[in-house]
Amino acid sequence: MIIDAKGLHYRELNEQVRAAVADGETDLTLLNVNGQRYIADAIDTPVSITIEGVPGNDLGVFMNGPSLVVHANGQDHIANTMNDGKIIVHGDAGDVLGYGMRGGKVFVKGDVGYRVGIHMKEYKDKVPVMVIGGKARDFFGEYMAGGTLILLGLDTGGNGQEEIAGNYFGTGMHGGVIYVRGRLDDYQLGKEVKQLEMDDKDREVLRAYVTEFAADFGMDAEEILKGDFVKIKAVSHRPYGNLYAY
Amino acid sequence: MKTYQLPEVKIERDKDRCIDCQVCVRQCAFEAHKVDEDGDVYSEDEKCVACQRCVSLCPTNALTIKDNTPFVKDNANWTAETQKYIWKQAETGGVLLTGMGNPKPYPIYWDHMLLNASQVTNPSIDPLREPMELRTYLGSKPDKIDIKMVDGEPVLNTKLAPQLMVKTPILFSAMSFGAVSYSVCEGLARASKELGTFWNTGEGGLPQNLYEYGPNTIVQVASGRFGVHSEYLDAAAAIEIKIGQGAKPGIGGHLPGEKVGPVVSRTRMIPEGSDAISPAPHHDIYSIEDLSQLIYSLKEATEYTKPISVKISAVHNVAAIASGIARAGADIIAIDGFRGGTGAAPTMIRDNVGIPIELAIAAVDTRLRDEAIRNRVSVIAAGGFRNSADVIKAIALGADAVYLGTAALVAMGCHVCQMCYTGKCNWGIATQDPYLEKRLNPDVAAERLFNLVSGWSHEIAEMLGGMGLNAIESLRGNRLHLRSIGLSTEEMDILGLQAAGSPMA
Repeated sequence: MIIDAKGLHYRELNEQVRAAVADGETDLTLLNVNGQRYIADAIDTPVSITIEGVPGNDLGVFMNGPSLVVHANGQDHIANTMNDGKIIVHGDAGDVLGYGMRGGKVFVKGDVGYRVGIHMKEYKDKVPVMVIGGKARDFFGEYMAGGTLILLGLDTGGNGQEEIAGNYFGTGMHGGVIYVRGRLDDYQLGKEVKQLEMDDKDREVLRAYVTEFAADFGMDAEEILKGDFVKIKAVSHRPYGNLYAY
Repeated sequence: MKTYQLPEVKIERDKDRCIDCQVCVRQCAFEAHKVDEDGDVYSEDEKCVACQRCVSLCPTNALTIKDNTPFVKDNANWTAETQKYIWKQAETGGVLLTGMGNPKPYPIYWDHMLLNASQVTNPSIDPLREPMELRTYLGSKPDKIDIKMVDGEPVLNTKLAPQLMVKTPILFSAMSFGAVSYSVCEGLARASKELGTFWNTGEGGLPQNLYEYGPNTIVQVASGRFGVHSEYLDAAAAIEIKIGQGAKPGIGGHLPGEKVGPVVSRTRMIPEGSDAISPAPHHDIYSIEDLSQLIYSLKEATEYTKPISVKISAVHNVAAIASGIARAGADIIAIDGFRGGTGAAPTMIRDNVGIPIELAIAAVDTRLRDEAIRNRVSVIAAGGFRNSADVIKAIALGADAVYLGTAALVAMGCHVCQMCYTGKCNWGIATQDPYLEKRLNPDVAAERLFNLVSGWSHEIAEMLGGMGLNAIESLRGNRLHLRSIGLSTEEMDILGLQAAGSPMA
């Protein structure tokens, strides 16, 4: 089913999307999307939504199952507090992706902004995964409490940044794991994390996600996996355990 | 390191009465009571937190806890408390931590306000025999309503925003599962259903077994986003975005890993034993526009069927912030004054940051009226409401309803010892220890809460009737029914009150 978003306020567009999902539509295409917010907000059904144009902030917020494909750039707060589903962005994306995300996948082909993967968390079999093809700005993985973040640093983005990531990388991190294709300088890292060598299990996890990512974007997974990867983890699950005078 | 801290309380055990039954030994999680090899019970003053659990349960009334504040020679500056804090930090290097609300002797403005009553000219109303309306609707009200006539009958032609209907203007404040025990949550939920009011999950998620109380539940979305998912949002009657709380404005929270057991883990959706960290800000909110974005993401998620509340602490520019929140699209603004409680806060912040709720209510109500947007939001006031008189004064000052936190805990047995952060609450309230939690029976907790709010509601009805009013609506923001006593003209100006004894305008 096709919905033309041209000239629609987000409220009208999202009403139409919800109505289509309620009617049992499983495959939606949204045309002429131009900054409408909250697309697929809190939708619980595993529908597929293809988005033509640039969706607005909070794409997939509270989402719980759908698969979204964006054939353009994305904006801020993609996958905010997302519970399940998958979001593929064939371009760059903005700030604060995957805030509090608890499950599902986000794949961005290009570069991302600040505070990406902030406070991602995991619980039992719900392990959120975010793969960024390009480069990231400061505070990547801030407060991260669970899940898997992968930063590939490929030349796929449009923000022209040289460094694979900014500063304060993983600051406040206390769970989960980040894989980076490349080395970071120590000054870039938050004080709660350290860089570790990859082990066989890491390589296995990485291979699975990179293979899926490459397939989604028509890229060569083996070529990507040839890079020099490093693992970044929190030093402690209780970063503030000794802060207080009891 | 040997501590220089001195015992603050003295445990007196009347040996003529004590039967060495060891109830006190079993009841004290702080291990202030012990038994020696001969079976004689004795006490260690320095471990006592004065929660009065042992005193309440001692079958022979053998125990008394007495103030034993160390004597400090000739000094109002270096008090026993000041010295204690220095020693604590000199011995640990840590941040001073405490629980509950600001206990310092700042002015309590409620005690400087007097209510009006009718005499002769407009008769008072007896609520025992005449209708008295305490019902309150919380939510955004339209600027005007349009009524059309259909077949000679008036029909409302304006679409109203979703409202929360409370039978009495008293709700239970946000207290998160994790900070408080499951029994507390169940007691609050059941009492809310009985009373026709609402309890608030705080940021700890909604335990699965309490989803049936959803129609009486306000769920919170805080910076940690713990347990927030579409089912949780759908279950609730309203959603509250927590920006701040009165006990610790401007900072976030840490639920220590020790309190994250199996049920807390499942409810917050984080692994057992890991710290639950709530950052100080929401990282998707850096402006009023961003706040609006989160408000509307929640409205979209629930298809505009539920009121969205935004909770802030009362700080110096609270009136301007409240105006921004109203314009951002919130249906309810909850304001928490600096006497509002907490399960854990840095002592210096609890005792020194924020302003009293009385001043905040007046400032916010005045500002929203001046800007002609007061109808767009309801205001719920929180932060240390002690009795029904405080509540009715808050409504006369301009609040729509109040949140009770500490008073509800006291009703359930809390004796305000301020040790919530230790997780060793002997009353089964601020603990996740199954042995301690069992002490709070949810049936009893719900009954005590029901009784408290019923009693206060009767008193509010009596006071309203005394003023010649038959609906709480008629009192809201009606500051002519309040007079100040013993306040400076500046304080009276902020509160919008005339002096006691000045004639009706």
